[in-house]
Amino acid sequence: MDFNDTAEEAAFRKEVRTWLEANATRKSDDKQSFRARNDDPELLKKAKEWQDKKAKAGYARITWPKEFGGRGGSPILQVIYQQEEANYLVPLGFFDIGLGMCIPTMMAYAKPEQLTRYVKPALHGQEVWCQLFSEPAAGSDVAGIRTRAERDGDGPDAGWVINGQKVWTSGAHYCDFGIVITRTDPNVPKHAGLTMFFLDMKTPGVEVRPIKQMSGGANFNEVFFTDVRIPDSQRLGKVGEGWKAALTTLMNERLAVGLPSGGLDIDELMELARDTDLDDGPAIRNQQVRGKIADWYVQQQGLKLTRYRTLTALSKGQTPGPESSIIKIVAAPKMQDMGAFAMELMGHAGIMKEDVPHAAGFQAQWIAGAGFRIAGGTDEILRNIVAERVLGLPADIRVDKDIAFNKLGKAS
Amino acid sequence: MNFDFSDDQKLLKEQVRKFLADKCPAKVVRRVLDGPETHADDVWKGLVDLGVPGIGIPEEYGGSGLSPLEVCVVAEEIGRAAAPVPFDTSVVLATEALKLAGSDAQKKKWLPELASGKAIGTLAIAEGPQPPKPRNIRTMFGGGRLNGRKVPVTDGEAATFAIVLANTGGTGDRAVSLVLVDLKQAAVAKKRVDTIDPTRKHAELTFKDATAELLGGEGEGWRMLERLYDAAAVYFAFAQVGGAEAAMWMARDYALQRQAFGRAIGSYQAIKHKLADCYVKLELARSNAYYGAMMLSEGGADLAVAAAAARIAATEAYDFAAKENIQTHGGIGFTWEADTQFHYRRSRLMALSIGGPMAWKDKLVSRLEQKNAA
Repeated sequence: MDFNDTAEEAAFRKEVRTWLEANATRKSDDKQSFRARNDDPELLKKAKEWQDKKAKAGYARITWPKEFGGRGGSPILQVIYQQEEANYLVPLGFFDIGLGMCIPTMMAYAKPEQLTRYVKPALHGQEVWCQLFSEPAAGSDVAGIRTRAERDGDGPDAGWVINGQKVWTSGAHYCDFGIVITRTDPNVPKHAGLTMFFLDMKTPGVEVRPIKQMSGGANFNEVFFTDVRIPDSQRLGKVGEGWKAALTTLMNERLAVGLPSGGLDIDELMELARDTDLDDGPAIRNQQVRGKIADWYVQQQGLKLTRYRTLTALSKGQTPGPESSIIKIVAAPKMQDMGAFAMELMGHAGIMKEDVPHAAGFQAQWIAGAGFRIAGGTDEILRNIVAERVLGLPADIRVDKDIAFNKLGKAS
Repeated sequence: MNFDFSDDQKLLKEQVRKFLADKCPAKVVRRVLDGPETHADDVWKGLVDLGVPGIGIPEEYGGSGLSPLEVCVVAEEIGRAAAPVPFDTSVVLATEALKLAGSDAQKKKWLPELASGKAIGTLAIAEGPQPPKPRNIRTMFGGGRLNGRKVPVTDGEAATFAIVLANTGGTGDRAVSLVLVDLKQAAVAKKRVDTIDPTRKHAELTFKDATAELLGGEGEGWRMLERLYDAAAVYFAFAQVGGAEAAMWMARDYALQRQAFGRAIGSYQAIKHKLADCYVKLELARSNAYYGAMMLSEGGADLAVAAAAARIAATEAYDFAAKENIQTHGGIGFTWEADTQFHYRRSRLMALSIGGPMAWKDKLVSRLEQKNAA
């Protein structure tokens, strides 16, 4: 066992380091980040420039085929690039959804001339894409969406008119294009009546309103569709097969496994416990405090090492096992609970967002943790996924699966 | 990145797994639970034939001289089967203690016997209901004679020799030493004691002027024991991971088959989420155990921290899986006829026998403090 690169990986890492060193600024410490506020227009401009530079050098999407601007590399090379890039002060996070989810869906369903038109500008950061899935009444049960798409006239080439509302759309306020899942047939059960499209976010009738989150940030949006007209050529997949297309999108999650989680962790908590004076001396000497530090250390370490197991499989060209499915289940509550505990160590002043250690980082993580437990799959949904896909337990009984969507929730 | 076992190691694991599935099914564990035998000698002899006791023993002492990684993969399978054999005592504790602290003469005498299965070794530390400390060890060693009482001693009846923690007259942590005592002598009395896990038999050993000899330096006992426990923590973690995984699948199989309120209980989220949590704890434990194995095999400086983390994660995973396995089974899981009890019993034995989670958490944080200070 070792954590070393293979010869090929080491050579690639060296190449990437050389390129990054010549083109970006190295972080002074690993807590520095450009990610924090991606609602800053200046940052978007810098991110687009950085993305273009990456794309020109062939690092923007290493696993993509060469015809689409990738280098046909293995997933482990993509991870190595991300590991190295994480050491530099560069703006990230704007293109993950577009390049990780939207464009792969386009590759699966769009026409060749559409790919010629859209893939390159997306890869070079000239056009940003968003994913319009969640709705106010459809979160975990995303197939329960209500946004309607209806034929705009008769004939096989008739376009579509979209009406409805999406929510929690990351980056919609700066995005140029989006893929949208709609209901085209409410007379059939929910999964059967869906169809996927892509559209220009500047199409008349599309209105984006930012959502102010509990954390104070505004990275997400509500998107309203009022009589939005699009041609049938923007349909992705067959009419009524939108669920299949949506699964394609959701399976193409980005390869984030190799990245350190960032943020405050055990070292900062131990430092705080050393500096905190309890009745019986420094908090670090208190057995209850030590027990909690130990538990979170074991989790932190367990997550890092679990990522290493996944990377090992990628490095050997194998399909990783399901072990990485535990990561968010552990990381999100840990972030929330450790934040709350660190605040408790500070006493009443733990509520303060100024003049407290680490620029109120623990307070920020306690707030953010509440959202992290929901975003991208709730704790509960992720446990269902582990139970069903890893342990082979039965799916929930779907009381709505044989009922026409427009008959749901109505007395029978 | 190569954070996995080699194909050869996986092959060994598979071989031991098949052997135990065949020769050590639940009915063998039950036979030991219900019967008088000290351990499943038929299974043990089979493991000896496979060369299991000699895996980690150097070739010059009659073993096959493989690395700790091979011992780890075997430990996982022993744990999975909840095998009633002296693996934890003889293959892990006694063998490692000899390798760590034994003189060349002691190694020459005992390691070949352990490797060939002629001898079974064990460790005798506890003296009743109190976590052992240098200051509360009453067993005395001096002038080549051992006097005192050790209880509980795992495999105390089956063992050929024991490595005993005894007071040798020093002060502080240097009050105690490790002492090797041949148990085949009249000055040693063995009495079986009743425990929560009768699938692993325990005894009270009483020494009255028993002939014994130091293992390692005088006054070095506590320091040696700490080092021995670090190695043991990693091997135990693998056995606990194996046991946790077995208990998790047992619960899952039952949840698929048992119907309540018109459907399989495994379709209810209360059960699904509980079993998902078993999986989460299991994978955290497995990853921490792998790192412990890696540090052990390369003699890495991070072993002290890695071993403690492996121990804590594995104990939690096994405890949780074992108790929720019974809970998932409901009433039938609490009957004597049910096999759920094997892992429940074994998980608690393994959680306590080399120090419980509270002590290991304290140790882990001390070691992190030392590491940060360095």
